Amino acid sequence: MTGPLLDIRDLRVRFPGRVRGRRTVVTAVDGVSLSVDEGETLGLVGESGSGKSTIGNAVLGLVRPTSGSVWFRGENISRLPPGRRRELGRVIQVVFQDPYSSLNPSRTIGQTLGEPLRHAHRLPRRVADARVRDMLRQVGLPADAVGRYPAEFSGGQRQRIAIARAFVLEPRLVVCDEPTSALDLSVQAQILNLLLDLQREHGMSYLFISHDIDVVRHMSHRIAVLLGGRLVEQGRAATVTRTPRHPYTRSLLGAVLPVVDPGDPTVANPETVRTTLPPPAPGTVADAAWGSG
Amino acid sequence: MTALEESAAGAARTARPGRAAHPHGAWRTALARPLGRVAVAYLALLVVCSALAPVLAPYRPTATDLDHILSLPSGAHPLGTDALGRDVLSRLLYGGRTSLVDAALAVGVGMAVALAAGLLAGYFGGWLDRGFTWLVDVMLAIPVIVTLLAVLAVIGNSMSAAMIALGVLVAPGIARVVRGATLAVRNELYISAARVSGLPHRHIVVRHVLPRVAGPVLVQASLLAGGALLMDAGLSYLGLGARPPAPTWGNMISEAAGVIDRQPWLLVPPGVVLGLAILAFGLLGDVLRDTSAERTTRRLAPARPVPVTGRKVVEPTTALLSARNVTISVPGPDAPVRVVEGLDLDIGPGECVGLVGETGCGKTITARSVLGLLPPGAAVTAGSIRFDGVDLATASRATLTGLRGTRIAMVFQDPGTSLDPVVTAGRHVAELVRRHHGGSRARVRARTMELLRSVGFPEPEQVAGRYPHQLSGGMAQRVAIAMALAGEPRLLIADEPTTALDVTVQAGILGLLRDLQRDNDMAILLISHDLRIIATMCDRAYVMYAGHVVESGDVAGMFRNPAHPYTDGLLRSAPRRATPGEHLTAIPGTVPPPGSWPVGCHFAARCLLATDECRAAPVPVARLRPPRRTRCLHFDELSGGRA
Repeated sequence: MTGPLLDIRDLRVRFPGRVRGRRTVVTAVDGVSLSVDEGETLGLVGESGSGKSTIGNAVLGLVRPTSGSVWFRGENISRLPPGRRRELGRVIQVVFQDPYSSLNPSRTIGQTLGEPLRHAHRLPRRVADARVRDMLRQVGLPADAVGRYPAEFSGGQRQRIAIARAFVLEPRLVVCDEPTSALDLSVQAQILNLLLDLQREHGMSYLFISHDIDVVRHMSHRIAVLLGGRLVEQGRAATVTRTPRHPYTRSLLGAVLPVVDPGDPTVANPETVRTTLPPPAPGTVADAAWGSG
Repeated sequence: MTALEESAAGAARTARPGRAAHPHGAWRTALARPLGRVAVAYLALLVVCSALAPVLAPYRPTATDLDHILSLPSGAHPLGTDALGRDVLSRLLYGGRTSLVDAALAVGVGMAVALAAGLLAGYFGGWLDRGFTWLVDVMLAIPVIVTLLAVLAVIGNSMSAAMIALGVLVAPGIARVVRGATLAVRNELYISAARVSGLPHRHIVVRHVLPRVAGPVLVQASLLAGGALLMDAGLSYLGLGARPPAPTWGNMISEAAGVIDRQPWLLVPPGVVLGLAILAFGLLGDVLRDTSAERTTRRLAPARPVPVTGRKVVEPTTALLSARNVTISVPGPDAPVRVVEGLDLDIGPGECVGLVGETGCGKTITARSVLGLLPPGAAVTAGSIRFDGVDLATASRATLTGLRGTRIAMVFQDPGTSLDPVVTAGRHVAELVRRHHGGSRARVRARTMELLRSVGFPEPEQVAGRYPHQLSGGMAQRVAIAMALAGEPRLLIADEPTTALDVTVQAGILGLLRDLQRDNDMAILLISHDLRIIATMCDRAYVMYAGHVVESGDVAGMFRNPAHPYTDGLLRSAPRRATPGEHLTAIPGTVPPPGSWPVGCHFAARCLLATDECRAAPVPVARLRPPRRTRCLHFDELSGGRA
């Protein structure tokens, strides 16, 4: 097979909305074209309202594109009949941000992980159970987790469970929608390591969505920067983060507060630290949101 | 693998309130309550006795004994006899069969219709939902009793038909409850995840949505059962339904009413049995509702403040705020649980001090204790917190209220929820200006505009007229900061002030706080989980882990050369300086929850330097080159300890 695994062509998504009581149309994604190759991680970075999650949901079939198309392995998947769309669940999977609401609190971990295998893919119970146990081991959870409920697990462990649910079907593409934004720094590192390990082992592709450019840079081969539903820049991760071309990318990188790192001499002097913070001057993106308009 | 330790900690971790509910628990908890047990036992007794009527009943329900009419309870007739000498107990048992089956029919039909309609409308939405809402509105306007009488007249005297009709007529009200509950569940991420997995809608509705709406549905079913029983009795009383001599509870009451002047006792057995049955259904509904609410508001043992006796350490200090050996406890299931232990903290005038730590380390509750804003039941159980010479831990409520806002102010994480949605930004600020300074309307207004300008609104008049929903997150946080400044505080506590904001907006708010600190000579206690923010903003910082301050000192020195393995691990987990695609240096395991802290060092289980000595006894705080301190025995193995 040639060509990219996932190909998003001129995607537009509009929602009916309301601005001060008047009905309007909100354009969440405005003509975005992206592609993801086999085994590749594409990072989508942007702030709230940039449309990054909407793109993920369009790939997952959770929102319907207004125009444009999403191609997966050469097949247009943006307007599929429900039956064919369900079959895609085997190859396109998702890890959501909030590990608390992404697991059904009234179902055991075994039920949550096993049901796509048993009900969507009609595997016999024995095979499904073995797959579930193997997957739990891979994400570093004990086998007895099968019979327990989500409430018994911490945030980081729940995110491991959510990852296990996504990977148990052996997908080729996983949409990671802010997978570590709700987690503490030390747990984030564990989860990012797990995602890297799974990719190295199984070779699937990631569409990695985050507002944190540090995390995106760490995880991605290529990065696409979104602003107000439009793509402002995309390219190799190193290129985009080292030599950003668009001013918005530069402001995103600049807004990331300075590195604190053992042995990093740049933080030695608090004065040098402080000058790197962009002043709240009008005209920057930061202030567009609260300007006097 | 690291997660094995994580799971050990997770097993002990208490469930997040409100999220833990699973419906199997509802019945179990309901049965654990005496009232629920009594109600269920009585209803079970009724069902069993009615079902076994042919075995249990001493006579046939229609057998007459004309020698004993209208007799009081006796050996032969435990509950007496009626006007035709029929045994009341036997008639009650056989009558229960008809009445309970009728009620079950109404409940079955009602719940089936309501669940199907409510689930479909709530789950699929769109035109189905619009049609549903319209239909419910129409159905609710139909008078129930009149319709039932019409049904009985048209179909012929069939109580089953009437009960089916009753079920259909009450279904819309219940369906609305189901729809509401379904709408809430439909937006949960696990529903999206199930759809992405390719599960058919039927499966998602039955396995994921239905169990989540089961709680309110059970309550409704229980109340409907009581209502149906009453309706059945009422219709029988009117002579509809089963024809005499076949017994029902309703026609027994009707017959008893006819001879009330000769034998009033006859009313008692059917009246009491029916009344108690309806009461039991009502109570069961109550208990079920209470148990679902209770899972979020459990009764916990409160912590009580302990007056500090014994050695009174009053260090001569120039600090504005000085906390010494502070321990804070919160209510736990059995006994109060300590969430902060032996905390020392100082903030000098005009200084910006950071309090860093991950979720649940105790940083927010520490800040709240300074303001006397601890949650109900929580208390400072040891130590002292002195602010400008006043001990806050033992201060009167009036003293604390006087300090709050004027001398100490606070800014919270989520600006959206800290503003009243029906009050404009200007009035939010003006109210506090008036409270703290008073003065004429014009002076209050002038001061309000000045404050709004000082937090970065070049045209304050425009912002003052806006309501909170018309403000972006960054603007709302600026308004909240203006409110905090109204009392010209000497200490501002900022609890994760930028966590809910976009990074580019974040920079603006932090810049503002820094300017305000410098211009007004105001001290700031900045609480954050983000090391980058602390490094940018603060002169000194305290790192908290599981209720302890594990390390403190000047930010520059501490973050460059940490002297505690936790600080070191946190700094290394940040992805900024790691090689992209390579493993990050993660701290293995998870934070132990309050209540299961070890005796020794709280970090020992996750620490690579830990020895038996660390686990044996509490680790004292070691003083390094001032102002640095660390709660570690092996700090000399870290770069900060050698410096």
